Amino acid sequence: MSAAILVRVQAADFDVGAELARLEALGGGGVASFTGVVRGGGGLEALELEHHPGMTEAMMTRIAGEAAARWPLLGVTAIHRHGRLLPGQRIVLAAAASPHRAAALEATSFLIDWLKTRAPFWKKEHFTDGASRWVEARAEDDAAAARWEAKRA
Amino acid sequence: MAIELLYFARVREAIGRSAETVSPPAEVATVAALVDWLAARGGGYAEAFADRARVRAAIGDGFVTPDAPIAGAREIALFPPVTGG
Repeated sequence: MSAAILVRVQAADFDVGAELARLEALGGGGVASFTGVVRGGGGLEALELEHHPGMTEAMMTRIAGEAAARWPLLGVTAIHRHGRLLPGQRIVLAAAASPHRAAALEATSFLIDWLKTRAPFWKKEHFTDGASRWVEARAEDDAAAARWEAKRA
Repeated sequence: MAIELLYFARVREAIGRSAETVSPPAEVATVAALVDWLAARGGGYAEAFADRARVRAAIGDGFVTPDAPIAGAREIALFPPVTGG
């Protein structure tokens, strides 16, 4: 099965409905997706996402290809925004279409776990009091990504 | 040989620039040695690389480990652990 892979890195927002419709049109039995949204609270004013322009798309394409190699997928979509985002705004979309429900759900989970830990993005939080700080990598994210290593072995 | 270095996030801020071209001496043969060589410049470089466990590197468009050789590399990116998604 050769999956239709769509990867985009962009400052602009994306239309979740349109992206899922494209996957639905591939004729599989199911489409699963995850949308990441900027979490508000704690005085957060904005989240700034920096990326490595030469490498980010290549790494995301590799991650999408890895998902397509592991599960019987008809389509894989990974869209990630960069720049300054406000609470409630979308950051990332990971989605997969497959004839099989479990494959679509597992592939989506895999995509977001690996995007978090392997795609070259860095987040900086800006607060209403003028303070700012880089978001640290989290051990839970590494553990979530690593469980897919164990499954493959 | 000249290498283009790219810095991101906290590393970029500490050093105060996003890119520069360097020509390390021949004995600087690995990514770890390159980071040591840069950190020895002091100031923002020492600050950027103070915690070696939190320095990541990529040559071209792929991540590499600290023991990766830098011979032949045209572009090396240095940055903190990623926090995407």
